[in-house]
Amino acid sequence: MTVNGWLQIVAFCAALIILSPLLGRYMAKVYTGERVFLTPVFGGFERLLYRCFGVNPKREQDWKSYAKSLLIFSLAGWLILYVILRSQTIQPWNNYGGVTFHAAPWDVTFNTVSSFLTNTNWQYYGGETTMTYFSQMLGLAVQNFLSAAVGIVVAVALIRGIIGRSGKSLGNFYEDFTRTILYVLVPISFVSALVLVSQGSIQNLGHYVSVHGISGIAQTIALGPVASQEAIKLLGTNGGGFFNTNSAHPFENPNGFTNYYEMLLVLIIPASLVFMYGRMLGSRRQGIAIFATMFVLFIGGVTVAYAAEAHGSPAQRAAGIHTQVIANSTGGNLEGKEQRFGIAGSAIFDVVTTVTSCGAVNSSIESFTGLGGAIPMANLSASEVIFGGVGTGLYSMLLYVLLAVFIGGLMVGRTPEYLGKKVEAKEIKLVALGILITPLAALFSTSLATASAAGRASVYNTGPQGFSESIYAYLSQANNNGSAFAGYTGFIQPAAGNVGSHGVTFADLLGGFTMLFARYAPILFALAVAGALAGKRVSPVGLGTMRTDNPTFVVLLLGVILLVGALTFFPAILLGPIVQALTGRLF
Amino acid sequence: MLRDLRTGFLSVIVFTILLGLGYPLLVTGVSQGIFPGKANGSLIKKNGVVVGSALIGQQFYEPLIGKNGKQEVVKGVAQTQPDPRYFQTRPSSTSDNDASTAFSNLGPNGKTTLTAFQGYIQTYLALNTAPDKKPYDPAVTSAAQLPVDAVDDSASSVDPNISVANARIQAYRIAAVRHLVLSTVDGLVATYTTGRSLGFLGEPGVNVLELNLALDPLTGSK
Repeated sequence: MTVNGWLQIVAFCAALIILSPLLGRYMAKVYTGERVFLTPVFGGFERLLYRCFGVNPKREQDWKSYAKSLLIFSLAGWLILYVILRSQTIQPWNNYGGVTFHAAPWDVTFNTVSSFLTNTNWQYYGGETTMTYFSQMLGLAVQNFLSAAVGIVVAVALIRGIIGRSGKSLGNFYEDFTRTILYVLVPISFVSALVLVSQGSIQNLGHYVSVHGISGIAQTIALGPVASQEAIKLLGTNGGGFFNTNSAHPFENPNGFTNYYEMLLVLIIPASLVFMYGRMLGSRRQGIAIFATMFVLFIGGVTVAYAAEAHGSPAQRAAGIHTQVIANSTGGNLEGKEQRFGIAGSAIFDVVTTVTSCGAVNSSIESFTGLGGAIPMANLSASEVIFGGVGTGLYSMLLYVLLAVFIGGLMVGRTPEYLGKKVEAKEIKLVALGILITPLAALFSTSLATASAAGRASVYNTGPQGFSESIYAYLSQANNNGSAFAGYTGFIQPAAGNVGSHGVTFADLLGGFTMLFARYAPILFALAVAGALAGKRVSPVGLGTMRTDNPTFVVLLLGVILLVGALTFFPAILLGPIVQALTGRLF
Repeated sequence: MLRDLRTGFLSVIVFTILLGLGYPLLVTGVSQGIFPGKANGSLIKKNGVVVGSALIGQQFYEPLIGKNGKQEVVKGVAQTQPDPRYFQTRPSSTSDNDASTAFSNLGPNGKTTLTAFQGYIQTYLALNTAPDKKPYDPAVTSAAQLPVDAVDDSASSVDPNISVANARIQAYRIAAVRHLVLSTVDGLVATYTTGRSLGFLGEPGVNVLELNLALDPLTGSK
């Protein structure tokens, strides 16, 4: 570890702590319908869109109506994306890689569509060998916007349920959705895309360039509209790379500055939503308490991952490689990492993208050390509540908050209340289901994949590493993260060529269903909780009211999150990365 | 219900056009106007011909000539080896194939990983050893003296950079085979070293393609 590495970590946290309250304040205005500086620009256009869709934004929806709009919108998105990805041979901008890109087969497409619809962006294909510019722009990047907005509006609806003083209304789905796109996602993405291009990220619609290098060796340089997709891929915590090597590719992430900027893009909305929550409640302390909980878990992960990667791997030591920092070299486990990011830049990026549901990678998680690889897995085991995905993080965290309130209430022997609203049997049942459904999906799919021959066909490495690949695959897909121990079916990629990616049907289908189930079931539970809380009366704060905005509550909340995560996943994680961390043996 | 379906499909289609065509084409237009070189891949030309991208690593290899004086061919593929006259990039699982990038996916505790590392170490040490069996850089005799980037795979498989330590070791070889003064080569290394962004973000790196392009004029090659 180096002083400079720690400096990068401190600088990153500082920027996050300074910027997210500002964006949070802005977003609170967007969702309470206040005027913002972009209203003159987009206001008229916004109303035009509502007329075009045939919706009345002033029509208030209860939770069932809100959920119905969301599900129908998602269904339409799924079908349209499937059609786009399967029709590559008749699309414009094809044959730009020198050969006609065929569509990936139905099973890979099923997985990819489910993946992008659910904000997961798990990829059983390599971008530059499989996808046309048309599919990337009109299919995948569009869902990067739409799936992000769906996540955010669910969080907004849950907040409205919690603060609702009368009636059952959670707002209007299409209004929240359209405002998210126009006032939040598009402006930040547009500016960010230009920032990335200014640093060397590419943005064009040209043919791949074939060159002969200075030694005369032929090389094809893949191009495309990368920066526009890169910006929303990170901002919307999507994570699906334009290229197969994702944000490690120099065209997606050209230097140390873009690496830092991209990490901020990933965390900025999840962190801001917490501050937005505090503002919408009228009690910023509530938001700060949740932010503090998330931040403690985040910084813990960064510290361990950085230390583990700086230490180097058993395979390096066995080969006699000196892994200490020497002059003008990073030292550490640089296998599967880029020189320009080094150890610290790779470790922070890894933690940032696995605490959120982003899943972008700038280094190969498969090549992380045992302990370094255990951190992303632990992050996933916490069900994406450490900042989490855009929207999903906050609504999942609020379910944990309700659980903590319930447990706290039991401990002091009073009816649990959250912000003056009684948390009763019905709510707590919904909360428990909402919390347990994701781990259930992850463990069920992992055991199915591990126990069956069809599942084992996807595994690339041997020993505990092979098990890590399996469990990571389903942890990642169930939590809608999308990062991977990329050996899992990844060994098929290089042989796939430019005629559509081949996959393992079993893994494609199991993963696809896992993602869909683990996305929409918790959304429905979160909206149901919102509906149940919306109509409740608010009782005044008394002496015996448990406070949810002080350090005691932060500790209680931390305990609940760690306990649930550890109880569900610790035995499984023990078998993979922990074994590797504890031994110097090679497998 | 029918009305809901109509709204659902209509909104997805409208957003697809706005966000899938409007947004990226606007970004493309502005980028091509302000940063045309970067937006098109930071391509580098030599004598008017594009030879690569400053951001994409490439192989600097020469044909492998067998004992009979002919090009070695295995299964119809002409064999190549690192060209000692050029700085070499980091190990790549795809031989710097930018049209199909991939991670190495070598695990931290893998025997295959060890084998791969041993291969990289052997290649690197062999390349940096003179025909008289002495290392070009007298300080580099075993794996323990090598910077990690020289013997660990990159992530993107097209990493354009190497560490300064790696470049300094190779500079001894370049100076010897090109009959240059070491300080001249070290000077070039310094010229093509990019420091940390804003002084503290990321790690310094030497751009191998740009450095190699600057070498040729020194020795009178074209």
